[in-house]
Amino acid sequence: MKNKLIASSSPHIRSKETTSSVMRDVLIALAPAALAGIYFFGFGAVKIYLLAIISAVATEYIIQKYILKTTVTIGDLSAVVTAVLLSMTLPVTAPWWIPVIGAAFAIGIVKQAFGGIGSNFMNPALAARAFMVASWPVIMTGSWVTPGVDAVSTATPLGLIKEGGGFGALSEAGVNLTDLLIGNVAGCLGETSALLLILGGLYLLWKNVISWRIPVAYIGTVGVLYLITGAATSEILVQLAAGGLMLGAFFMATDYVSSPVTPKGRIIFGIGCGVLTFVIRKFGGYPEGVLYSILLMNVVSPLIDRYTTPKVFGEVKQA
Amino acid sequence: MGEKLFTFSGGIHPPHFKKQTEKLTLENAELPKMVTIPLQQHIGAPCQPVVAVGDLVKVGQVIGRAEAFVSAPIHSSVSGSVKKIGKFQAPGGATTCVVIEADGEDAWDESVQPTKDWLQADAKDLLRIVKEAGITGMGGASFPTHVKLSPPKDKPIDVVILNGAECEPYLTADHRLMLEMPEKVVTGLKIMMRILGVTTGYIGIENNKMDAVAAMQRAVADEPGIEVRVMQVKYPQGDEKRLINATTGRVVPAGALPMEVGAVVSNVGTAAAIATAVVEGKPVVERIVTITGSAVEVPKNLVVRIGTQFSEVIEQCGGYKGTPSKLLMGGPMMGLAQYTDQVPVIKGTSGILILSEEDARLPEPSACIRCGKCVDACPIHLLPLFISRYSLNGDYEAAEKYRAMDCIECGSCSFVCPAKRPLVEAIRLSKREIIAKRRKS
Repeated sequence: MKNKLIASSSPHIRSKETTSSVMRDVLIALAPAALAGIYFFGFGAVKIYLLAIISAVATEYIIQKYILKTTVTIGDLSAVVTAVLLSMTLPVTAPWWIPVIGAAFAIGIVKQAFGGIGSNFMNPALAARAFMVASWPVIMTGSWVTPGVDAVSTATPLGLIKEGGGFGALSEAGVNLTDLLIGNVAGCLGETSALLLILGGLYLLWKNVISWRIPVAYIGTVGVLYLITGAATSEILVQLAAGGLMLGAFFMATDYVSSPVTPKGRIIFGIGCGVLTFVIRKFGGYPEGVLYSILLMNVVSPLIDRYTTPKVFGEVKQA
Repeated sequence: MGEKLFTFSGGIHPPHFKKQTEKLTLENAELPKMVTIPLQQHIGAPCQPVVAVGDLVKVGQVIGRAEAFVSAPIHSSVSGSVKKIGKFQAPGGATTCVVIEADGEDAWDESVQPTKDWLQADAKDLLRIVKEAGITGMGGASFPTHVKLSPPKDKPIDVVILNGAECEPYLTADHRLMLEMPEKVVTGLKIMMRILGVTTGYIGIENNKMDAVAAMQRAVADEPGIEVRVMQVKYPQGDEKRLINATTGRVVPAGALPMEVGAVVSNVGTAAAIATAVVEGKPVVERIVTITGSAVEVPKNLVVRIGTQFSEVIEQCGGYKGTPSKLLMGGPMMGLAQYTDQVPVIKGTSGILILSEEDARLPEPSACIRCGKCVDACPIHLLPLFISRYSLNGDYEAAEKYRAMDCIECGSCSFVCPAKRPLVEAIRLSKREIIAKRRKS
């Protein structure tokens, strides 16, 4: 024995899964809905995705390399995931600087300022969207167009319900459930196709990237609340398929860093998101509530974790 | 077959790596010319030497003994003369060893006598034989078996469970034993049941060893009260409390021993050692060792005399293949890394795993992304990400509050972590600090 042996502590093997393989899976899962957005809204969508990705990665690189002078972690793909998620919440009519500033804010302020990957207490993409909605409300929420080449100004399905005085406004505008499922409706780039978002969510569940708890609790709560408040089946389905619910439930609320880690905590988190979304949509001033619901629940995640610490195997009841 | 598979909650699915050796018949290793036998190979009091340099000893002769109850005598594994008594490197660190040069005769000691008609023997006599034979848990923990078989009166035992899970990747020693000597395992189980006066026995085997399941099922076909329980492949199924939970549904309270729920658990190798001790009269002088991994030329399942140097055993497997980077006693999940191959095989050496540089290299840790996979994997339902964070920050009080002491150190958390963080390693650190603090106060 001439060479040196490594004498480290066990275990001596590791799974193949890495942070970047997890992020890659998220990107794969987002791809169908993102591509559908490009199909429905055209080249303008490609431009938004590319600008956001370049801005996010460049921001992370510059901050880590030149300001923090630390290891550059752009290879973990988390900045790309943030950029894609953010793009999916933008309208195709957004000017070029909206994705650039949004992605830079998400990475620079929400993520790196709080310590980088794993330390941000809010979902960076959602927090950036909230910042932009507050700063440029007209660009962010006031200029929706119908999909296709002959795009005309319109409102989103949920906007129609809110502004048009109820569920009936939808059919008057010629929007039906099939369009909502496929994504052939006005809305943000990536949130319109409920079906493809569900497909991506199932992929993440199959790959064990996310657990079923948050999406099921979230979507289930919204559905149940509409049901017990007397909504018809068709309206419930529209409420579930429209807006950002599917994108939010499968891809935003399940963000590891800003959601609880305990099994029970994830259920509570999902229910909380569902209740808030319902309340905002039904009684609030905004047509959509997914964004703020998740952000609010992000903030209480550490508390939820603290109060849902699982019972240790064989834990003896305190007498 | 719609047969019910037994299992537990949590756990992980590491790759098996058993293909290399699972089909290889047991072979006897060459008799060693020199053995280095540590006087402490078990949990409990170390033995004192009862031989002196220059003494002639025979196979099976006692060379070390302790007065304490929680201890196990040590026997010579060769016939020959005692050359040295002193501190030598052993798998668990330097310890007092007896070095014996073999004379090649392999003559057995006169004390080695079979027990006639053990089926009628008194439980007390059987227990004494187990104790005198120096039998300890052969799965790797090396807890003296006679202690487990002597529960206090107020803890009635009603089931003996044999552990044939062999959930550690790479290892196939128990697999081959069950396949090639199923009767011996059953005999050992029956002796344990007789000592404890119980009528129910389970043999838990993971379903990646269906040939061993079949062999054991044939062996217990005419044994009322003994049943093979097929369990889902999942690490750490072989952990005592996981095994009890899977085979009986009982939950051992945190911090308590299996006897609390009326169970005694032993490895199948331990049962075979009991059978050898009682039926043939032979104490523990050898054991089955799986020699495997990417950096050994010819992987094997060998029956090796206790005290044989790792280097000699590896030599008999064609030597190293390429440059070895890591040498482990045991499996890759809980095995003990060695810094030299000049250490002896001991009673708890279930495997010698030799990894190439490529397999030994561990990925660099990155920031925790709070994915919670360690939470899902932990069979104890702990929150490894928080305990390890507190531990690395030196806040051992918080680590204790998050129940660090309940950790069984199975390593499932570190295995699944996508950020490759040293989770169990950090928890282990806090356990050590907490114990040190408790001793002081």
